[in-house]
Amino acid sequence: MELKDFIENIAAQFNDTDASEIKEDTVFKELDEWSSLIALSVIAMVDEEYDVTLQGDDMRAANTIEELYQIVKGKL
Amino acid sequence: MSLLAIKGVRIAGFSAGVPKQIVSKIDSINSSDYDASEFIEKTGIKEVRVSDDFTASDLCLAAAEKLLQDLGWEKDSVEGIFFVSQHPDYILPATSCILQERMGLSKECYAMDISLGCSGWVYGLNAAASVLAGHGMKRALLLGGDARKRAKCDFDPLFGFAGTVTALEYTGLDEDEMRFHLGTDGSGYDALIIPDGGSRNPATVDSFKMEEVDGKMMHRMQARIKGMDVFSFSISIVPKSIKKLMAEEGKSAADYDYFVLHQANTMINEMIRKKIKAMPEQVPYSLHEFGNTSMASIPLTIVTQLKGKVESKPTSYIACGFGVGLSWGTVSFRTNRLVISDLVEL
Repeated sequence: MELKDFIENIAAQFNDTDASEIKEDTVFKELDEWSSLIALSVIAMVDEEYDVTLQGDDMRAANTIEELYQIVKGKL
Repeated sequence: MSLLAIKGVRIAGFSAGVPKQIVSKIDSINSSDYDASEFIEKTGIKEVRVSDDFTASDLCLAAAEKLLQDLGWEKDSVEGIFFVSQHPDYILPATSCILQERMGLSKECYAMDISLGCSGWVYGLNAAASVLAGHGMKRALLLGGDARKRAKCDFDPLFGFAGTVTALEYTGLDEDEMRFHLGTDGSGYDALIIPDGGSRNPATVDSFKMEEVDGKMMHRMQARIKGMDVFSFSISIVPKSIKKLMAEEGKSAADYDYFVLHQANTMINEMIRKKIKAMPEQVPYSLHEFGNTSMASIPLTIVTQLKGKVESKPTSYIACGFGVGLSWGTVSFRTNRLVISDLVEL
């Protein structure tokens, strides 16, 4: 599992946010387009791509994309 | 988790009642969180039926009268009613007792309420079929409906109102078999909860004070949902439950005609469909028209999506309800010579 691919997979969940705005230190919940629906898309993507089911607490605990990546990696 | 089998009971018919009033999501979504088109794309819900004029039992009552007529069942022949809802008419007495009188059923009537939500139709089917199989009762109606008038919440966009009826009949035949897988995880009890108004937190004036919950203003008599937790639960537990039941039966997805899933939202249901390896044509949806109707969603989907396709031929199904509790139930059953009433619109 690579951080670069993870960032790309996260970026793919957004429609209006340019992929260049999504980096390892991006606080994703502060992006304008972030919504409760995109949160569900992220859980779905992680489940499909990495076979890891993120819980609500995991999503609440992560601030940056790298932090979320580490949580997923820890569950592999 | 428990696997159960019940023999000698068949489903004779289905009916459903909904309010006539349609609320379109394009017109009604007003959220700072997301816009209407994003909501429709991700949830699949285009419109719902809601009305201030009906309770869940009103909708069930209308559906029951229609189904009894279509089946040609005399009211006196119905010996039991099971009412599954989380929005009963009163905190007490049980709504099923009121329905016995309103439906004009005999006083020699077994009546009980079952308080479960999205898993409730499967649990109700298990309870009703068990009573029929073991107690000499011939006919019973399983009524399941949701109309959230008590916890009304204008910005709660997922839920629609519906009342459904499933008619059950004792046959004594081994070929009429249902198999169930039922489970519970109470550690998630607060993933979907109305905090006040029960005995744990009795209703007070403060119960109606608005407070911020995940960026929305609501009071403590309204239902609050931890969406991410319900989502994670649904995409992990549900496929496992369905696969476990298929393994118990020694079958794979292709061996069943239909998988009728609780209508949660498109993202959840499509993930479940892919994980159990079912084809799109095996998985009917009603949520685009009716939203999430809790324990009514499985029979409502059969009435609105399978009418005209299944009545006259042997048909095999897996149905799965999952959600509030947290609670889930999966059932495998077959129908033949099935009666499906036209949708009753009130």
